Amino acid sequence: MQNQQTYNYKVVRQFAIMTVIWGIVGMLVGVLIAAQLRWPELNFDVPWLTYSRLRPLHTNAVIFAFGGSALFATSLYVVQRTCHTRLISDKLAALVFWGWQLVILLAALSLPLGFTSGKEYAELEWPIDLLITVVWVAYAILFFGTIMKRQTPHIYVANWFYGAFILTIAVLHLVNSAALPTALFGGADWMKSYSAYPGAIDAMVQWWYGHNAVGFFLTAGFLGMMYYFVPKQAGRPVYSYRLSVVHFWALISTYMWAGPHHLHYTALPDWTQSLGMVFSLILLAPSWGGMINGIMTLSGAWHKLRTDPILRFLIVSLSFYGMSTFEGPMMAIKTVNELSHYTDWTVGHVHSGALGWVAMISIGSMYALIPTLFGREKMYSTKLIEMHFWIMTVGVVLYIASMWISGVMQGLMWRAVNPDGTLTYSFVESLEATYPFYLVRFVGGVLVLSGMFMMLYNVLKTIAGAKPAEDLIPAAAH
Amino acid sequence: MDYNDFRGISTLLVLIAFLAVVVWAYSRKRTQRFDAAANSIFDKDEEQVHAASMKEVDK
Repeated sequence: MQNQQTYNYKVVRQFAIMTVIWGIVGMLVGVLIAAQLRWPELNFDVPWLTYSRLRPLHTNAVIFAFGGSALFATSLYVVQRTCHTRLISDKLAALVFWGWQLVILLAALSLPLGFTSGKEYAELEWPIDLLITVVWVAYAILFFGTIMKRQTPHIYVANWFYGAFILTIAVLHLVNSAALPTALFGGADWMKSYSAYPGAIDAMVQWWYGHNAVGFFLTAGFLGMMYYFVPKQAGRPVYSYRLSVVHFWALISTYMWAGPHHLHYTALPDWTQSLGMVFSLILLAPSWGGMINGIMTLSGAWHKLRTDPILRFLIVSLSFYGMSTFEGPMMAIKTVNELSHYTDWTVGHVHSGALGWVAMISIGSMYALIPTLFGREKMYSTKLIEMHFWIMTVGVVLYIASMWISGVMQGLMWRAVNPDGTLTYSFVESLEATYPFYLVRFVGGVLVLSGMFMMLYNVLKTIAGAKPAEDLIPAAAH
Repeated sequence: MDYNDFRGISTLLVLIAFLAVVVWAYSRKRTQRFDAAANSIFDKDEEQVHAASMKEVDK
């Protein structure tokens, strides 16, 4: 063995552990605000604990802290293992880790304090946006720099998806967060800023960002995870590598245009809305192509699902992905959107993607990854993974089923009119009818959260007394 | 040429680009290359190195 260099697992370990921690924090806030919708007095009349401030904290924590950490951990692991090379710089890796933790901390402070730019999933104010930019550029240099010095001839497909995620998020963040701090014009509050775009243009930029945050942060990155961890855990190569190439190009070129479906029946020009709807419908094809490619990887090895709960996490996540990427295009159809928009149906849809797809594939990948990082054969308790799988599945199903029913009910109640043209129901009547479903949703959330505590216990037991693994890089083939 | 011609042409170009990707990916010439890529994550070298270093840690 000529090459005795090791992989940089330190940054992967750090992000992997924080995935579990931030998962618990983010979902805990989620459970709290779910409880507040059922029992409003739970904000204790404290401004910092009001739903309006905690809701962006929840979304930021689960997307960027939990999902983000999972993406950093797996991308930095996969890029090293598939390129047979160490990350180009340990210092840059440390900067990415600590920089991202600082961003999360600042978000956790500034959002409850009421600092917000008011843009969904981009609420953080301009000083934090600048810090995100620095960290993201460092991450991009780290990732692409490592790919550039790879010792393997081919760039494995997972890296293509991770690469698209990194590049696109950079563009989305820069464009959507363009803002003018009011302090430049004599404003008193130095944190306050206003968007650089006016009116309907601002709305379009925001949802171009918003939908691609879903498409690239919450989809492309996690598809990278799928293309590495599903074949690895199943012990067989991906069903069709050729399909994965078509999947990649079709998905990234279609997602970009689907954003306007968030703005149906608004001031956005009608043709733009129709364009968004058509592209959303087309999106079904690449989404399902990828989903089928992932699930069919198990073809001929289905029996493994019976014994391996990690594989079950991964495959069930793909089933949820298939469900929500079917549901999404349907909801993007204008006439369906007429019923679903602004109701809990949207919330159910988002969580079938976020909990069913994103969280489940992350959790499965972490269960596969964490033992490797600590030189263990497997997790401390497979039984506990199995329990986690079931409690989470039941929790997610309760969550999304209750939101579907309440969403459709709300949509029907809001549009109902009497023969004389007046509304049949007041808004408060629809709210009252929603209460039981808020309770069921809360229970679903508690189940998902308790699964995360099982995971934390299992992880702590796995790494207790373990030494960090130092895997050697294979010598380059000559 | 008015705006609708531009729309038609751009739709056609996107279709051609998509078909080009499909033809490229499914061409026989690349069978071996893609098979090798799909199996690269199961590189024997890589697995052995990992197993060896696991033992190292266990000591």
